[in-house]
Amino acid sequence: MTMEAYEYEDGSISYPGHPRGPGGTEPVDTIDLSEYTAEVVTWTKSTATPPGVREPNTLAIVEFDVEGESVRAIVQLTTDDVKTGDEVEPVYTEELREPGAGIREPDSQDWDGYRFDPV
Amino acid sequence: MERVAVIGASMTQFGQRESWILDLLAEAGIECLEDAGVDAEDVEHLYVSNMASGEFEGQTGVPNALAHDLDAMPAYTQRVDQTSSSGGAGIYAAWQSIASGASEMTLLVGGEKMTHRTTGEATDVIASLTHPAEYKTGVTLPSFAGLTARHYLERFDAPRESLGKVAVKNHKNGVDNPHAQFQKEVDLETILESPIVADPLRLYDFCPITDGSAALMLCPESVAKEYTDEYVVIAGIDGATDTHVVHEREDPTIMGGVVESGKGAYKMSGYGPDDIDVAELHDMFTILEFLQMEGLGFADQGEAWKLVEEGYTERDTGELPINTSGGLKSKGHPLGASGVAQGVEIYEQLMGEAGPRQVDVDIGLACNVGGFGNCVITTIMEAAQ
Repeated sequence: MTMEAYEYEDGSISYPGHPRGPGGTEPVDTIDLSEYTAEVVTWTKSTATPPGVREPNTLAIVEFDVEGESVRAIVQLTTDDVKTGDEVEPVYTEELREPGAGIREPDSQDWDGYRFDPV
Repeated sequence: MERVAVIGASMTQFGQRESWILDLLAEAGIECLEDAGVDAEDVEHLYVSNMASGEFEGQTGVPNALAHDLDAMPAYTQRVDQTSSSGGAGIYAAWQSIASGASEMTLLVGGEKMTHRTTGEATDVIASLTHPAEYKTGVTLPSFAGLTARHYLERFDAPRESLGKVAVKNHKNGVDNPHAQFQKEVDLETILESPIVADPLRLYDFCPITDGSAALMLCPESVAKEYTDEYVVIAGIDGATDTHVVHEREDPTIMGGVVESGKGAYKMSGYGPDDIDVAELHDMFTILEFLQMEGLGFADQGEAWKLVEEGYTERDTGELPINTSGGLKSKGHPLGASGVAQGVEIYEQLMGEAGPRQVDVDIGLACNVGGFGNCVITTIMEAAQ
């Protein structure tokens, strides 16, 4: 399992990847963000969660610094004992939410990934 | 190009309704035909704004069904889905149908039936608009609001109370809207002590789950004059799209779709933010009222909360009344109906038909947001001169 981001011709990086990046540039490489730590930009603890999602569900927008290029992701956190600016690291999780419990077709996407834990 | 007029409007009671989607749509559609004085057989295009009748109810094909129920055949029908901005997108589609000359009488009906679902199920249907990388985290639209609200409050040193004051204002306005889901004032203390939903946001920072529908009748101005001397004109309208993935936006506090659709609507109308007398903004979450005020140029970035604190947006005493209808917050948010209902409120304000909600107005604006700013429609209307 990786947390795959795309790097584009202009040097920018996006997570998730898109067939075309900024300015219509094509992806030229992939980067595994699970090899990096990230900084919490903002976070929330959601208490009204959909079917198959843990409750509460603490989420954050985090920012990675990949050799000077920043890229953001929305991630689950392992704890709500966190504040903006904290450094967090990925911990592999087999199911971030229960496939099939919600409206999304289970086979249409993957369900494993990374929760982030304060360093 | 001939101007596009609005000659009729209606909305049903919003709230928990026993009716299902087809009956809700027919209710607003019939009332709008009567309000406009238009025979169903004269409707050439019929648009239905609806996000998810198939997912909520297992009922698809709603435009065809509505045309039959209204006896509006053989009108051309089309469903407009742009998630929460389906209603605004419906106004844009209806405007296009008239402005292009394709139709001389277009009925737009927006509606949604939601309350038979649990909160979790309804939240999941709405969250299904997210990218797979977002969806698997369990993110919901309220979660996006919580993430953005924390960032806004910390970055601009805004007090938590300022968000609560948006809810206080909009609930107060909703008291005078007989169609609103909640016709009840709520004080700041109650809001700030209500259960956390996506901190720092609490229950009263969020709109409810709602059933309901609303409708507008559009035609060329020359045709409008055959029906009435008093009508409203769409002076400017535009739609714009921002990133599908919310965290990819460079600045979480700037809604690019609001900025761009606002620019387009201002340019078409020849008006600017200072010309607007009343606005209906998409307050699905209190933080969105700040972000739209800033995106539409009513306030500088990071400053909207100060205007709310100063009472600038109050209905009876403010310089720019916002959400005189009670907004989504108090009126309710039946997804496909909401953007149409915003148009209904601006129409009634411009026609002088808003009763106790009436403000002094020549030009009004509606901003309808889909997703978390993913798709946005801004519409500017004025009374016919």
